[in-house]
Amino acid sequence: MIEFDSVTKRYPDGTVAVDELSLHAESGEITVLVGPSGCGKTTSLRMVNRMVEPTSGRILINGTDHAATDPATLRRGIGYVIQQAGLFPHRTVLDNIATVPYLLGWKRQKARQRAMELLDRVGLDRSLAKRYPAQLSGGQQQRVGVARALAADPPVMLMDEPFSAVDPVVRESLQDEFLRLQQELDKTILFVTHDIDEAIKLGDKVAVLRTGGTLAQFATPKELLEQPADDFVAGFVGKDRGYRALSFTPAEQITCDPEPAVTLGASAAEARATARDGWVLVVDSEQRPQGWVDVRRLDSTVTPEVLHRGGTVGSITGSLRGVLDAALSSPAGRGVMTDADGRLVGAVTPGAVLALIGASPDGSGNGGARSTNGTGTPDSRGSASPTAGAPG
Amino acid sequence: MIEWLSSNADTVAYYFAWHTVLAVSPLVLGLAISIPLGWLARRHRSLYPPMIGVTGLLYTIPSLALFVALPVILGTKILDPINVVVALTIYTVALLVRTVADGLAAVPDDVIQAATAMGYRPLRRLLQVELPVAVPTIGAGMRVAAVSNVSLVSVAALIGTTQLGLLFTDGFSRNFMAPLIVGIVLCVLLALILDAIIMGLVRVLTPWQRAAREQQRATGAVVGSPKNGLRRLPEVGRAS
Repeated sequence: MIEFDSVTKRYPDGTVAVDELSLHAESGEITVLVGPSGCGKTTSLRMVNRMVEPTSGRILINGTDHAATDPATLRRGIGYVIQQAGLFPHRTVLDNIATVPYLLGWKRQKARQRAMELLDRVGLDRSLAKRYPAQLSGGQQQRVGVARALAADPPVMLMDEPFSAVDPVVRESLQDEFLRLQQELDKTILFVTHDIDEAIKLGDKVAVLRTGGTLAQFATPKELLEQPADDFVAGFVGKDRGYRALSFTPAEQITCDPEPAVTLGASAAEARATARDGWVLVVDSEQRPQGWVDVRRLDSTVTPEVLHRGGTVGSITGSLRGVLDAALSSPAGRGVMTDADGRLVGAVTPGAVLALIGASPDGSGNGGARSTNGTGTPDSRGSASPTAGAPG
Repeated sequence: MIEWLSSNADTVAYYFAWHTVLAVSPLVLGLAISIPLGWLARRHRSLYPPMIGVTGLLYTIPSLALFVALPVILGTKILDPINVVVALTIYTVALLVRTVADGLAAVPDDVIQAATAMGYRPLRRLLQVELPVAVPTIGAGMRVAAVSNVSLVSVAALIGTTQLGLLFTDGFSRNFMAPLIVGIVLCVLLALILDAIIMGLVRVLTPWQRAAREQQRATGAVVGSPKNGLRRLPEVGRAS
């Protein structure tokens, strides 16, 4: 557990970066610090490993005042990942990862063996071990950065905007893998970002900081979306809050209607016979949805080229957000639903999803959030993914 | 000329060996002094301008004046090679302090931050992270200093120190071309050899730079290699 106890950082010129911050980052959880620039989130993070010393207040790590440990020793016990990865350009990937084990005096062979294991862990091929950072892509560098932070198996990790320097697609896959990794590792993580969507996606708890370094709200992502503490938080959390809050309602309660489908290669006649309201769903041989076909414009067999790929796919193991998005984005007006393996289960209409939301005692679209819900723009985040990318 | 060389080969070889010692030892000493000074200039920003100013000024002292003044200051004999080593070490420091400071300053901040956050203490961080990353810049400065030293050593012939410069004074005084040409050729040769050795060392110490360059070539990016210090090249041999 990381505990901030009335921590203040005031610089000699009078600027207050962090003002009386008190919060608990629970063990085994991801606690996200989020806020606009100048809110002191990075300063707060850097006070934990004494890269910045607090002016007043205490920081306790698992009950011990961190000021009792000398900075270098303290830091070797805390994983740290920074924005540009900050890899050592003159060291190979393997030696970069083994940095802290070397500092702790491990034998070279043991340190390298550990580094190899971590390459696997973060999803990098072992053939990259002898490369230098300049030979890696941004996403690969960031994975090495995470592996390096994990090398000595520290119980606490600090992450300063680790995924913000990579492109959105890579960022999303890094986030997903990071969550998967955390499920295995159960670290106490303090994570800084300026991106509220990232905070909501990754955080078990989210601390919203305002300019001047004060804590505006400290809550679960669901609470943050449903009950923003004030106008600042509401504004920062942004629009579509009601829609985004659906991410926290599981989709399992939804009832899917059967959806007849044809496989790739089916004849135009077969597609027309199967279609409902002019649209027919196309699946591959494994029953994985590939896209929709407008049978009125179909004059040959069903090939990948004629597929309409606009619709997203919801998963019964995902959230209602993904389901609603699938329903709203489908050209046929019927959202495609799959099981955990990506196989077709059936289809849902937007009306059915809304009916479920209305009936839900959980109140996923509750009062305050609903007022802005009307402007909701469906997007493909959450558990929805573009149809074209569904298989696999 | 061949005839002169063959009958004086021993002397020439002896001069060449001394010339090498007198040029190389200041280079090593100068680097050893410049690293802590450059580190200080880098670490305390307020020290940078005065330090660069003073060391820059040192380089403007005429070498002959220094060769003559040093025995008085150090209490050494005028022919003592220590005088030449000390004088050239001063010039080497003058060239390298700036190079070291700039080389350390060119180490990306996120690399230093990451090293600190991993638990490096300052000295180990300097030796294992900052200096290795600054090797290309420091190497460029070393090459300039090496060539500068080779040419400055020969000036010491005017006070009679044993090295290739004696061939020049000999040739001039006898109005005889052979030793002059041999001296020039061997000076150039020594400069080229030292330059090649430093380049080789830099190459061995920076396999990561080659990897980065190959990557940039593969991706079509512009290759930029810091060449700090080379702009000082015209000064080399100024006092010769």
